[in-house]
Amino acid sequence: MRHLYTWCGILLVVSFSVVGDVSMSRAMKQVGDLHALRQRFGIGTVVCRIFSSSTFFVAVAAMALSFFSLLFSLSWGDVSLVGPAAASLTFIGNAFAAKLFLHERVDRRRWMAAFLVAGGVALLAA
Amino acid sequence: MTFRKYLVLAGVTVFAAAGDSLLSHGMKQVGNISFHNIGSLFLAVSNPWVAFGIVLLLAFFASYMNALSWADLTYVLPASSLGYVLLALVARFALHEQVSPLRWAGIALISGGVGFVAGGPSVTHHSDTGSASSAGDIGAGSGSAGAGPGNQHHVRVATGGKP
Repeated sequence: MRHLYTWCGILLVVSFSVVGDVSMSRAMKQVGDLHALRQRFGIGTVVCRIFSSSTFFVAVAAMALSFFSLLFSLSWGDVSLVGPAAASLTFIGNAFAAKLFLHERVDRRRWMAAFLVAGGVALLAA
Repeated sequence: MTFRKYLVLAGVTVFAAAGDSLLSHGMKQVGNISFHNIGSLFLAVSNPWVAFGIVLLLAFFASYMNALSWADLTYVLPASSLGYVLLALVARFALHEQVSPLRWAGIALISGGVGFVAGGPSVTHHSDTGSASSAGDIGAGSGSAGAGPGNQHHVRVATGGKP
């Protein structure tokens, strides 16, 4: 049962992380370069633009759910399993999601990077 | 890429690694949480290690939002994975823990992956809103994603001098 709870938690972490990361990336691209915005209009405008984005709140909700799923998983499984397993799967999931939903040009270089990092993280847990 | 942008990516890396470590330490003190007492997840926040971990993760969140405002998700995520390398190096050289050959291999793979994306452009697609034009629109979408310095130059031109 402990093993099942751990892996259920990991899958929840990965799913919510991917939704959160993709939504946050989309929201920030809609807002624009934060540093340039702050220099030009001030921090108030930056905050207003961020909080006027509904995608931002979707991202925050998904990340909050991912966070509580992580706490849940960590209470059942070792961090050496939960952390790397969730991170590895999130890297791969994000590469697919970024290509599908954000239309990023995920070329061979980035696929290689995603798989190398995911493999590296898995090895760290070994 | 400017020094400031590298600093933002370093913030993403360091804050995430430190925050996760503190959370892990705190949750081991809190103990197991099951579906039956799911409410205790919220009580876990009162643990000082968990609370400080959350503060560091908020700092990570700010850096992460900043990075995503000028770079692709598939660029930021591998770059931020250097935190795992950082943790392993701290474990080996500061805490004098044994790091197995497999873990060194993992570190090499992560470093290689980060090297792959670091050599390419940070943005590969058109920004899809008008708001970005006022904040340095990123017009690198038509360029090849594999293009290196040439594409980055194109980005600089499109942003009116802002790197």
